[in-house]
Amino acid sequence: MSKPRLVLIGNGMAGVRTLEELLKIAPDHYRITVFGAEPHPNYNRILLSPVLAGEMTLPEIVLNDREWYAAHGITLHTGRQVVAIDRGRRRVIADDGSEAPYDRLLIATGSTPFRLPVPGNDLPGVIGYRDIKDTDEMIAAAREHRHAVVIGGGLLGLEAANGLAQRGMTVSVVHLGRWLLDRQLDETAGRMLQRALEARGLNFLLGRQTAALLPGAGGRVGAVRFGDGAEVPADLVVMAAGIRPNTGLAENAGIHCQRGIVVNDTMQTFDPRIYAVGECVSHRGIAYGLVAPLFEQAKVAANHLAGYGIGRYAGSVTSAKLKVTGIDLFSAGDFMGGDESEEIVLDDRPAGVYKKLVIRADKLVGGVIYGDTTDGPWYFQLLREGRDIGAIRDRLIFGQAFAGG
Amino acid sequence: MSQEVKSTCCYCGVGCGVLIRSEGGVIIGVRGDPDHPANRGRLCTKGASLHLTAQGHGRLLHPAWRPTREQPVQRSDWATALDLAAERFAAIIREHGPDAVAFYISGQLLTEDYYVFNKLAKGLIGTNNVDTNSRLCMSSAVAGYKQTLGADAPPCCYEDIAAAGTLLIAGANPALAHPIVFRQIEDARAANPAMRIIVVDPRRSETAAIADLHLAIRPGTDIALFNAMLHVLIAEDRIDRDYIAAHTDGFAPLAELVGECTPQWAAAICGVAAEDIVRAARWFAGSGPALSLYCQGLNQSAHGTHNNAAIIHLHLATGQIGKPGAGPFSLTGQPNAMGGREVGGLANLLSAHRDLANPAHRAEVAALWGIPSVPARPGKAAVDLFKALASGEIKAVWIACTNPAQSLPNQAAVRAGLARAEFVVLQETFADTDTAAYADLLLPATGWGEKEGTVTNSERRITRLRSAVPAPGEARHDWQIVVDFGRRLGQKLGNPTVDRLFPYKTAEAIFTEHVATTRGRDLDIGGLSYALLEQRGPQQWPFPEGATSGRQRLYANGRFPTADGRARFVAVRHQATVEQPDAARPLSLLSGRLRDQWHGMSRTGLVPRLFNLDDEPCLAMNGDDMRQRQLADGDLVRVSGARGDIVVRVVADAGLAAGRCWLPMHWGSRFMNSAGVNALVGDAVDPHSQQPELKHVAVEVAAAGLTYPLAAIRRCADVGEALRLLDAARTLLPGFAYASAGLYGRASPLVVWRAAAAAPVGADLLARIDDCLGLAGDSGAITYRDARRGIDKKAVVDDGRLRGVRLAGETAALAWLRQALAEGELDAALLRFALAPLATPPVSAPPRRIVCKCADVSDDQILAATAAGADLAGLQESLKCGTFCGGCMPDIKRLLSEQVQQHPEAA
Repeated sequence: MSKPRLVLIGNGMAGVRTLEELLKIAPDHYRITVFGAEPHPNYNRILLSPVLAGEMTLPEIVLNDREWYAAHGITLHTGRQVVAIDRGRRRVIADDGSEAPYDRLLIATGSTPFRLPVPGNDLPGVIGYRDIKDTDEMIAAAREHRHAVVIGGGLLGLEAANGLAQRGMTVSVVHLGRWLLDRQLDETAGRMLQRALEARGLNFLLGRQTAALLPGAGGRVGAVRFGDGAEVPADLVVMAAGIRPNTGLAENAGIHCQRGIVVNDTMQTFDPRIYAVGECVSHRGIAYGLVAPLFEQAKVAANHLAGYGIGRYAGSVTSAKLKVTGIDLFSAGDFMGGDESEEIVLDDRPAGVYKKLVIRADKLVGGVIYGDTTDGPWYFQLLREGRDIGAIRDRLIFGQAFAGG
Repeated sequence: MSQEVKSTCCYCGVGCGVLIRSEGGVIIGVRGDPDHPANRGRLCTKGASLHLTAQGHGRLLHPAWRPTREQPVQRSDWATALDLAAERFAAIIREHGPDAVAFYISGQLLTEDYYVFNKLAKGLIGTNNVDTNSRLCMSSAVAGYKQTLGADAPPCCYEDIAAAGTLLIAGANPALAHPIVFRQIEDARAANPAMRIIVVDPRRSETAAIADLHLAIRPGTDIALFNAMLHVLIAEDRIDRDYIAAHTDGFAPLAELVGECTPQWAAAICGVAAEDIVRAARWFAGSGPALSLYCQGLNQSAHGTHNNAAIIHLHLATGQIGKPGAGPFSLTGQPNAMGGREVGGLANLLSAHRDLANPAHRAEVAALWGIPSVPARPGKAAVDLFKALASGEIKAVWIACTNPAQSLPNQAAVRAGLARAEFVVLQETFADTDTAAYADLLLPATGWGEKEGTVTNSERRITRLRSAVPAPGEARHDWQIVVDFGRRLGQKLGNPTVDRLFPYKTAEAIFTEHVATTRGRDLDIGGLSYALLEQRGPQQWPFPEGATSGRQRLYANGRFPTADGRARFVAVRHQATVEQPDAARPLSLLSGRLRDQWHGMSRTGLVPRLFNLDDEPCLAMNGDDMRQRQLADGDLVRVSGARGDIVVRVVADAGLAAGRCWLPMHWGSRFMNSAGVNALVGDAVDPHSQQPELKHVAVEVAAAGLTYPLAAIRRCADVGEALRLLDAARTLLPGFAYASAGLYGRASPLVVWRAAAAAPVGADLLARIDDCLGLAGDSGAITYRDARRGIDKKAVVDDGRLRGVRLAGETAALAWLRQALAEGELDAALLRFALAPLATPPVSAPPRRIVCKCADVSDDQILAATAAGADLAGLQESLKCGTFCGGCMPDIKRLLSEQVQQHPEAA
């Protein structure tokens, strides 16, 4: 009897992690085919920042080389983009016209950097920051050009800015919010981060709205103009103002999407044969952009694909880390708090360490740490487990070694 | 070039000789005078740190006045100030008579100062309203001596301690209050292990710890005890009937009275075992010479005179007086309470132990002074003097060298008196005692190390003090101020003879006049002069003209300075304390001294390391009493008496029986947010001595309910900065239900401030605290906040070193932080943990142990010094370890020998 066929669209971290989980529990269950739009095997997208910063090389960030696929009998199509799903015939159709039938389909198409809808957003030298190709382009630009503008003071934008600065560019970060990483940090931590990055030579333009990208000599982007009319020179503009889940393929196939491919707690889409994981997914209304939730999704999806049917994904509490060497920050949960919340703050200016823990009904519900994130995982664990911290409250912020588990 | 001059310590009445080393007009060191008979070179921790109190801090340096009490003081000059004083005094005297003014002076003044004050009041103004803080200290001892032996003269000498077979120490804690006497007791016991030491003290004091028999009597039951001891002596025929017959009077009525005072009767009253009373009596009579040492425990009682008489009876009945190792030896509290009485510096005395009530004595003094008469009407003793201020009977008071706004009982009434007074002059060394707040005129006086004159110690020994450094600022010697004022006042009063009354150009001229007044009196020092004291050193009185030495002990011939030459027994009966514990106030509150503080701390409060043993006044209490009240060590408690309440921290003390508690007397409004123990104590006085019952008050103790603790510690660059910040911290004392401010110090001096409130305090107040202690601003700041719990803590770091911390809502780390700040040792990586709720340091501190508690020297300091080549003598010289109580000498020698074994080359 022939094995059922599993097709994975998207050779990225979430999809391949699902395969790994699946192979662990049901190694021989499926004949597996993988389509990847990029010409590379699965690599660690998170480590693109160190590659940009010159701290790692591309081979070092490959997660699964081609031998891995071969060893597991997986058919890998790289550089081939799936353009349609024929749900009636249970086939996927690639950009070269080739087709692959499936019994189960896993969509892991990821996301695309959001391009600000401003004039000039398609000029040469204006890029998103998503993949190896973008990274290579930035590295190349850094060799030839001087002025970089990164639009977006979020995790990705700051990592891009840091990498470009490491490569010798004069970098300005444009950010609409009042402080950096305003979705991960409170104002105090955001200001500390800003000071640290400024000390490394980055410039920050906060509260600025980008109005247009202006062409320079040779048609390449040359400057950024803001809503107030001010301009800054820019030979390279990196759009890092958010991501959009890649849902086009699924939508065209009639799969229900709403700011992401809508899945249930088993990572199943509205078509029971089709699962979806990763940044393309909307689970309980949330599209995650961080890797930890994706891995949790992968585990659940693999369980169901294996036919076990007992895993449930109930959503993730996320924590953020910035991958800029020498800058440690951690953020998790409801770090801004509110009227119902209580805050414990330790602000150690001499050591450059700031910690804020948000507590509700004797439970840790969020936190921000800047400077010394040793205890981040512990707080994250307390937070996810909803442990009662009443007894250790006064010692909590001094860390696990001090407060005891 | 440094130089050394001879002087004495200005603390207790032991009267230790000191050598003051100075250089360029600055005092740089002090050591015990090896030639002084009182101490033979030894000093206690307070004495050994005297030079640290004479660095110019806290001084009043120029005359100052304030137009109204609400206004800050303004600088003045001597001529204006003294004219103002003379004008005000003259006006009041003219309008209301001489008894409308008063002088309240001090047992810390020199004899010469005292003499001119006394002459000013009694000779020029014509009032006997001159009393002193000796009234709070020794007046019951005086009255007790006079009632029994006929004169105010301790008959013993320090050498008697070594010769005694039994020591009866009653109401005294020489281990802390007279440490050099205690060293002599320890030496005597070491030389004579058979010596019996009996300690009578309601508390197991540091002195009681070495007793063979500790009689922890109920407070105020001394007479019952001594009468019962006399009962046993009579019943067992251990009395000296021949001596009684030959040299005393009044024994029969007393014997009849004590016939009822059986040991069983006394045991019930005193709360001690009858057998112990019998044993004490037998030891007293049967172990060779018996010496009694006693102090404020007997004196500060509403029946203090009879307490003294009752213990003196034991000596008279057994003939244990006037011979080596025997006698009733009153330990004087202050350095010159004796000298003050010698010149008649009390409201009921006249010069040279003359009595105001005796017309012949008044005539003698008038003749000596060349005036028609001295006033007959007795002056107001201390407590009455301040009551008379409150009632308006006395309108102006001149206070010198003492701090009645802390030291007198019933502080609320005293302060009301000062507030009501029309004119208050304060002649002081220090600028900001509690009393200074009430002064209209402040006159700067010279202090220790600057003054010249004489003092008399407990054993009647007169020592001449030489000035080591010139007067700072515009300060003048006390006698000079009085003489200057006297001349001006005399002119204002139209007295043509005033210049003849105050002709003195030198202290010596005053002493010479004083000597003349003593001729023929019991304390005749006709043979003494500055020159003789200079040549032959300190001398005991009497020392009449022609004598070759003073008299070591009195009454060797059995003749007493009474009309018939006989000593008197007084029929003294047991009396209860004025306040008796009852259901509402079931506890007896006692007060006493600590090793490293003196009186109201105006001097010792300048030295950071003198706070290291105790930097906060703690109520010591019986553990069961605490449990009944659900109190734990370190809790803040409200101590309530009939006159008010104070809040202090409580600690369990196994040395206190149930129903008793104990508080150090030193802390007043400058170091805490209340007047201290004297806010509680009542002002009932002994009818004979007028001495108030400072030692006992009935109180209740309850949890203060102050659940919100605050504290701040600040490391300072030097003592000057510490004292400036301490002054700022003082402004934070009012407004809290509990607050204290003090110093601390080892490598660095610290300011330590503590407070407590019933609920979290606001951010404004926290900011003010930070401001006052130099911890404001964000620079170098580490903060911890948990708003819900009201916890707000802050540490400030300079160059990786902790500068200070301010804790609010939670202060668990206070003790180790204080140590870490004082030592300057806290790993930079651990600074954040300064704000953790940690009762112990975050890492094990270097293994350090204090070896010499007196000099505060640790083992690592000793090892470092010996590694650098110091031998025992070198250690004693450089670190002063082992030079005080000597208790650490075995430890030091062991450390030395270990070092030699490890590093033989160092030997």
